Amino acid sequence: MTVRKVKILKSGMLTSVQDSGRIGFQSSGMPVGGAMDNLSLRLANIVLGNTADAACLEVTLAGPEILFEKQTHFCICGAEMQAKLNDTPIENGKAIWAKKNDILKMSFASKGCRAYIAFSGGINVKPIMGSRSTFLAGKIGGFKGRQLKTGDVLTLGQITGKPMQKNLHDDLLNSIFSNKPIKILPGPEIKSFASDAIKKLLSGTFTLSPDSNRMGYRLTGEKISTKTNKKGIVSSPVPMGCIQIPPDGQPLLLMADRQTTGGYPRIAVAATIDLPRLAQIKPGDQLCFEEISLDEAQKFLQEREKIIREMIRNQ
Amino acid sequence: MITLFPAGDSAMLIKAGNDISPETNYLVRQLLFALLKSSTPGIIEIVPAYNELMVYYDPTVINYKEVSGTIHDAEKQLSDVEIPAGRLLKIPVCYEDEYGPDLPFVASAVNLSIDEIVKSHTSQNYLVYMLGFAPGFPYLGGMDKRIACERKETPRIRIPAGSVGIAGEQTGIYSLDSPGGWQIIGWTPIPLFSPLAKNPFLLQQGDRIKFVAVSKDEILSVKNKIETGNYQLHIEMI
Repeated sequence: MTVRKVKILKSGMLTSVQDSGRIGFQSSGMPVGGAMDNLSLRLANIVLGNTADAACLEVTLAGPEILFEKQTHFCICGAEMQAKLNDTPIENGKAIWAKKNDILKMSFASKGCRAYIAFSGGINVKPIMGSRSTFLAGKIGGFKGRQLKTGDVLTLGQITGKPMQKNLHDDLLNSIFSNKPIKILPGPEIKSFASDAIKKLLSGTFTLSPDSNRMGYRLTGEKISTKTNKKGIVSSPVPMGCIQIPPDGQPLLLMADRQTTGGYPRIAVAATIDLPRLAQIKPGDQLCFEEISLDEAQKFLQEREKIIREMIRNQ
Repeated sequence: MITLFPAGDSAMLIKAGNDISPETNYLVRQLLFALLKSSTPGIIEIVPAYNELMVYYDPTVINYKEVSGTIHDAEKQLSDVEIPAGRLLKIPVCYEDEYGPDLPFVASAVNLSIDEIVKSHTSQNYLVYMLGFAPGFPYLGGMDKRIACERKETPRIRIPAGSVGIAGEQTGIYSLDSPGGWQIIGWTPIPLFSPLAKNPFLLQQGDRIKFVAVSKDEILSVKNKIETGNYQLHIEMI
């Protein structure tokens, strides 16, 4: 059995090993982490016939250069970064065959912010607390607990399936690039806000601050304040997509590496169906929000899940 | 009487009470264990806090009405739920000199001597209300209000793991090296978080902690024993 490896020739802006997250330890204060855009990670693994928990590379804004030390299939989903295999452009969402010594080059994101590179068999780093994800702030998991650097060599895992014969649905692949408003639901502290504050959130346009990262996004726009000007709440758990209002009135939107609990009032929570789109917003991009009902939000997810499962079954 | 509030389409917040008290926190634990016992498919993770719990679920498996039903069923079973016995962990802390750099400041701020602060800090059994903020970080309750002291005006860039601090009426132990504004009064080599261990976390909700003041020599000896795997932390069941 040959050991298959890939070598990082250029790291890109922020490239790290991620899977679907470290689940089951939030009650001990351990962040979930994992891919910011879980849909694109999942699709890239489906295309290659990998298991759902296979680890991929998450690359941010500017992509890496990777040398294939052995032949393998790979697949890119998520942001479009003008990927080329030995100078031949390649498409997202397709299983691509790389021969030994081929080089994958990705450059700046022309669409979206985060791309996911899956390899047949996934990336074989040691799981820590059940996950191969890199928790950057805690220097835990992934490849040596850190983002990848030039010269790093990654070992690939055992191949468990075959690449999908049919193509991915274009609308699944491209749903992350829609610029429609982000769908949100009322948060647990919605009653701490006057109706005009909620109106500001729903009618305003916000800009993603450069001071945003895998933990959370800072949104700048019209100031939103609580009714009582109360500064905080008793520390309470916070889901991904949770929109908190800190004392400065500028919304904080929590993402994959968020702390497990937070202390600012939770005005709203983004619909899960739109989390992959949030992961693809770049600093400086603008976004706005619209409210949907809980029934609608869950129906969206159930419908998407049905499409994905049918696609896997009928491949 | 508990109240439920959807926190988005994949999480349900349970409010067990409005106050921060050992009684409400115990109700939170009862609800946690009742829900764990139900092992309902589609419930991914349950995260308890001071007076609330978040139930994370997969809406493609179970919808919010079904989750609410499961929670109300669990509420009816509370008296049948077995809660694991609480533990009292005795944590050795060195409060001397460089290990407690902010003790002189706290002493002057609260108008007590350093000895009086250490005596107060080591006399309580603190309740671990919840874990959060960082992996393994405990939110402790029960500190004597006489030694409450505001955070530092300028946070430190790096506070080493094991630092014992005071922030307002709270006391706690840093579980990871991190920046922070707590007044540091002591240090312990006992790791709260060991990611590679079989049980990565020392503490759990419902534990009680007692700090035991030890000398510089003793704390270094404890550190050595931990590093060579020869240290046994004193834990009583209560």
